Amino acid sequence: MSATVAAQESPPVLQTLRLTKAFGGLRAVNEFDLTVRRGELAGLIGPNGAGKTTVFNMISGLYVPTSGDIRFEGESIVGLEPHEVTQAGIGRTFQNIRLFPNLTVLDNVRIAYHPHAGYTMFDALLRTRRFEAKERELTERARDFLAIFNLDRYQNELARNLPYGEQRRVEIARALACAPRLLLLDEPAAGMNPGEIVTLMELIHFIRDRFNLTILLIEHQMRLVMGICERITVMDFGEVIARGTAEEIQNDPRVIEAYLGRGAAGRAHAAVSARAA
Amino acid sequence: MNVNLQFLALTVLKIVAVLAYVYALLWVMGRSSRLVKVLGIVAAFAIVQIALTVKVGKSPILNTFDVGLLFQACTMTMVALGLNLIYGFNGQFSLGQWGFYGIGAYTAADITFRWVNRDARGLLVAGVGVALGGLLIWAINRFLRRYRGVPVLSAFTIYLISVIIAGAAAVFFGNALQPALAPLFGTKEAPGILASPAVLQVVFVLAALIAGAFAAGVSFLFGLPVLTLGSDYFGIATLGFTIVVNTLMVNSDTILPFPEMKGGRGMIGIPKLTTWFWAFFFMVLVIIIMRNLVYSSTGRAVLSVREDETAAKAMGIDVAAYKLLAFVVGSFFAGIGGAVYAHYIGFLSPGTFSFLVGFNPLIIVVFGGLGSMTGTVAASFGWIFFLEGLLRVLLSQLGTEAPTWRFVLYPLALLMLMLLRPQGLLGSVEWGFLRAPRILSRPRPAASTAPAPAGK
Repeated sequence: MSATVAAQESPPVLQTLRLTKAFGGLRAVNEFDLTVRRGELAGLIGPNGAGKTTVFNMISGLYVPTSGDIRFEGESIVGLEPHEVTQAGIGRTFQNIRLFPNLTVLDNVRIAYHPHAGYTMFDALLRTRRFEAKERELTERARDFLAIFNLDRYQNELARNLPYGEQRRVEIARALACAPRLLLLDEPAAGMNPGEIVTLMELIHFIRDRFNLTILLIEHQMRLVMGICERITVMDFGEVIARGTAEEIQNDPRVIEAYLGRGAAGRAHAAVSARAA
Repeated sequence: MNVNLQFLALTVLKIVAVLAYVYALLWVMGRSSRLVKVLGIVAAFAIVQIALTVKVGKSPILNTFDVGLLFQACTMTMVALGLNLIYGFNGQFSLGQWGFYGIGAYTAADITFRWVNRDARGLLVAGVGVALGGLLIWAINRFLRRYRGVPVLSAFTIYLISVIIAGAAAVFFGNALQPALAPLFGTKEAPGILASPAVLQVVFVLAALIAGAFAAGVSFLFGLPVLTLGSDYFGIATLGFTIVVNTLMVNSDTILPFPEMKGGRGMIGIPKLTTWFWAFFFMVLVIIIMRNLVYSSTGRAVLSVREDETAAKAMGIDVAAYKLLAFVVGSFFAGIGGAVYAHYIGFLSPGTFSFLVGFNPLIIVVFGGLGSMTGTVAASFGWIFFLEGLLRVLLSQLGTEAPTWRFVLYPLALLMLMLLRPQGLLGSVEWGFLRAPRILSRPRPAASTAPAPAGK
């Protein structure tokens, strides 16, 4: 728990202030407040349709918030284009894997390096020495990077030919290749079996330590969230219904109600208390 | 019947020879030694040049008809490569390529036509206009990048106004300079220095490049707002563009101030300056630009837009900018192709640029394989020689009305191909020069400097 204590004192990396998104009359996200501190592994959970992905899409610039503010390292990022948000230092993955299916795994990663390729289009057209050097360096870097994830054996494979679990890993690797300081993972365990989830949990821990990251993840798999997240925010119908550590969340009647229904809340609460005792 | 079979065999042989030629050209361009590369390109040029000049009996080895097909294939290669960049590599379904081809043809033709008629304004106005307009667009682009969330239509308006100003300045400049240059053209009896053939060649090359740049500029202005549309809507909008360009051509002498283009009657008197050298030169130039662009970080960014726009954005790729880039470069190729065509054929008719004919490059790109540069080059040559060379002549021997069957047989062939090989003839296979450069895709050496094992 020492990591949590340290995270409590570190400066906030991401802050959303009264963030609201309305689609027509529907308020998908309503006055959503969230603070993620440096080095933290935070979780955002909630039943289907609670507005979790909408929050992610607003942070990554795909949606423009109806009102409210998003601060990344103290500066507002509302109104930035999605690619500018990425270049500012926020990487993300998607709920339904979005690799570049007809490109090789190596190219998937090399695309992430594009904003820092170090040569212009004219270097490429004239095949200048600068192009040769930078392109080779970039390719080597991408290979080394894939090696960190044991993915280098797939480097010349088309992304769509990889097994599902490996595609997830490529997507996470690719997001990390953008050199983010904050990583948003949208349901990384979706469609994974229990064995794969354990591997994924190890991977998430590993990348946080290795790349000095702050991670915010959305998840449905309680196992994963309760297992690795230091602080959890629970959403339902676009609003925050609970915050806290895994134990606090598990015992919160409102959370149980949101997940299991009103009648179940009392019984489940009793069962949890009984188990705790 | 005996004659027909002989002809059939000869034509099939020609198609095979042309494809072998394309393969050999790409192979030799892909050699690593620079000397071999240059010698190979020169040899590829020389072989055809010899076949054009050396006479066997009365006529050269390649007769006038074949030469026509060859030039058409070269221009089609440029246009179709441009379209493949837009549609095959960037995923934007465009029917506007033919419009840009037409713009290029008319622009270049007007420049040289005026020049041979001792009027330098064509070159001056178009050249200065393109240079000034390009400079302004570049400067405004740099300027606008400082501001967050400038609406596309506002940006478009700023660009449009500045380009109009540049055009007006160019016209003023051209009119002001023409009197000073006029004496240098001399008279018909005593041609001046500017009327010499060497200068005309330079003007032709400049005209081709200006035509490309002009088409690129138009595509920038058109693409800026229109590329924000989804792919299908973009296709319809570009179809509209081709129709607008065609209508302007038909009325170029009435609603546009270009009496020399003669509207629907067609523009005559364009100097036939496209030699095999220039056709070959521009085609190789386009192939090299295309290949160097595709196999670079920029090319990968263009590809990522086709693969998944949302993911590309999440990777920090400015999707709108790369759509525009592919569109502009593709139109540049089309403009150059148009210039080469205009100076080969010597006569421009708006009918050539109608939107129905405009499906040809699309057919070639799909036929050769979306996303395969080799497929596009091979299909451009194969298609022209098949459709024009084989079918037209073969069928005409069966009766005067028989050639009409061409447009039954060739769509059927296309249909068969799409059913049997939906990815196109070559799929995503590349030959020789057009393959991914080896240094960039070679496997990791055995003694790798692998970092610490993964945390897995």
